[in-house]
Amino acid sequence: MNPMTTEQIRALIARGKLKDTVFQALGIICLAVGLLVIFLLVGDMLIRGMARLNLEFFTEFASRRAAQSGILSAWVGTLLVMLVTALAAVPLGVAAGIYLEEYAKRNWVTDIIEINITNLAAVPSIVYGLLALGIFVYTFGFGQSILSAGLTLALLILPIVIVATREAIRAIPAMIREGSMAVGATRWQTCRYHIIPYAMPGILTGVIIGLARAIGETAPIITIGALTFIAFLPPVPFAPTGVEGVSAGLFDWVMSPFTVMPIQIFNWTSRPDPAFEVNAAAAGFVLMGMVLSMNAVAIWLRYRMRKNIKW
Amino acid sequence: MSANASDLHQVSDRLAKNAMRNVSERLIEMVLFAAAAVSVLTTVGIVYVLVSESIHFFQNVSIVDFLTDTQWTPLFDDAHYGIMVLISGTLVSSGVALAVAIPMGTIIAIYLSEFANPKVREVAKPVLELLGGIPTIVFGYFALLIVTPLLQKILPGLPGFSLLSAGLVMGIMIVPYVASLSEDAMRAVPMSMREGSYAMGATKLHTAIHVVVPAAVSGLAASYILGISRAVGETMILAVAAGMQPNLTWNPMEPAATITSYIVQVALGDLPHGSIGYQTIFAAGLTLLLITLAFNILGQWLRRRFREAY
Repeated sequence: MNPMTTEQIRALIARGKLKDTVFQALGIICLAVGLLVIFLLVGDMLIRGMARLNLEFFTEFASRRAAQSGILSAWVGTLLVMLVTALAAVPLGVAAGIYLEEYAKRNWVTDIIEINITNLAAVPSIVYGLLALGIFVYTFGFGQSILSAGLTLALLILPIVIVATREAIRAIPAMIREGSMAVGATRWQTCRYHIIPYAMPGILTGVIIGLARAIGETAPIITIGALTFIAFLPPVPFAPTGVEGVSAGLFDWVMSPFTVMPIQIFNWTSRPDPAFEVNAAAAGFVLMGMVLSMNAVAIWLRYRMRKNIKW
Repeated sequence: MSANASDLHQVSDRLAKNAMRNVSERLIEMVLFAAAAVSVLTTVGIVYVLVSESIHFFQNVSIVDFLTDTQWTPLFDDAHYGIMVLISGTLVSSGVALAVAIPMGTIIAIYLSEFANPKVREVAKPVLELLGGIPTIVFGYFALLIVTPLLQKILPGLPGFSLLSAGLVMGIMIVPYVASLSEDAMRAVPMSMREGSYAMGATKLHTAIHVVVPAAVSGLAASYILGISRAVGETMILAVAAGMQPNLTWNPMEPAATITSYIVQVALGDLPHGSIGYQTIFAAGLTLLLITLAFNILGQWLRRRFREAY
């Protein structure tokens, strides 16, 4: 083996360093593409939809004429569906997380539940739509209502809420539980007064990320048969219905037909008339605003949490 | 022993209270268990709905026709039910998406875990998360109105709807999932292995490719499998930007329907509950679920096969 000269070694090192630099540049370019896509998307929708982004856009129903269409029924629908989703997914997800972390014994039942939650996270969202179509819409007879949609999305984000709850609980040191039980608290009292409050920021982060995911979901809601053209709002509780002496019940709105933001956007993008592209852009911008601000809140919460909690 | 009456009374009071406490503790545990069981019920529900509706479907259509027919025209008078038509669309668009997502995701992961300083990582991870959080309908809009016109300038023959532009955007959508999971896997590789490699005079890139990546390969495989699941199950980008005509093709430059966009198309129409057209979407959904399941089983096998424990 003939030894390398100093020049050869220097050249070898230089080559290695060059390759490092090239790869580093490649990594930055790939990251930049991701960033660019976000800017391009938001920017394009803002510029294209600018003309429609005014107050009337939020207070008008969808219409056959592009310039007079608004997103009133869509954003109200989204808000109500999210309300049902949160009311169903948060208690269920948190309870399941607490059970798995604090109560579950290591046995096959627990194993099945855990494997199941992991696998559910990989099931395509449209399959949840088919589940809801078969179970909620036809078997339970909820119809194509806000209730069906809210419950579908709740099942969809349940794994996210459960995993977030479990991670938050796992970060609480064992001494907290031991201290609580040492002064005579039961298991549930320990959860109620210690585990849940301390895990709250983590749970909240998971819930927000889950809802941000649910707010943009389109496929499962189309599958259960949400209408794309709705020019009325769900009944307000106790408001007169038009029939003499009959007012809407407190929960009538959950059974109402509805539309949501993503479906409205889909409806507008699939029309051949380019005038509706402007509406799609404006509505897309509003939806992006909702999703990005929810994500930003979650990221901020997590950042604050990491800074403040020191056991 | 002379216990007086009031003492005894107190003790029995406390015992009664304890008994109540035990009952309510048991009740609460049962409620919590029921909540955890909902996820199992969801799976049971999914399998039940898909299988029971598909059984009705396969009473009318033979499985052989379903798997071998080269036409998918369930709503025409001359009905054909060849699922391969939809599977081809799904595979082509997923292929395009993965050709973007796997290299880009892996490069970003290697960069973030081996090269970037912590400050860059602190900023880059949330940005990737935001990218992953963009609603797919917005990505569909992006594919149809921004990417397709751009691609048409490069490839003049490209139609207004194509698997290519939908697939490319799907790839961008999947990058954050692949990058984030791969990075976690690579960061879990112990520092001592890198130090050993540096001590031998290896460069950062050499260490990353020949030491860190092989050690993290099971985690990388898991992230790719997740990417595949996302691609196969993606719906709205394809429904908006790939057209919805069933088309048996392996050419990404053509428009085609996928399993998912077919389900959306049928759901948008008004098919009566119980009709054969209505049942097709459940058969299509079952096929989709089986494909995802197959990839997940493969993923778990790969993970066990190549797991390196340190």
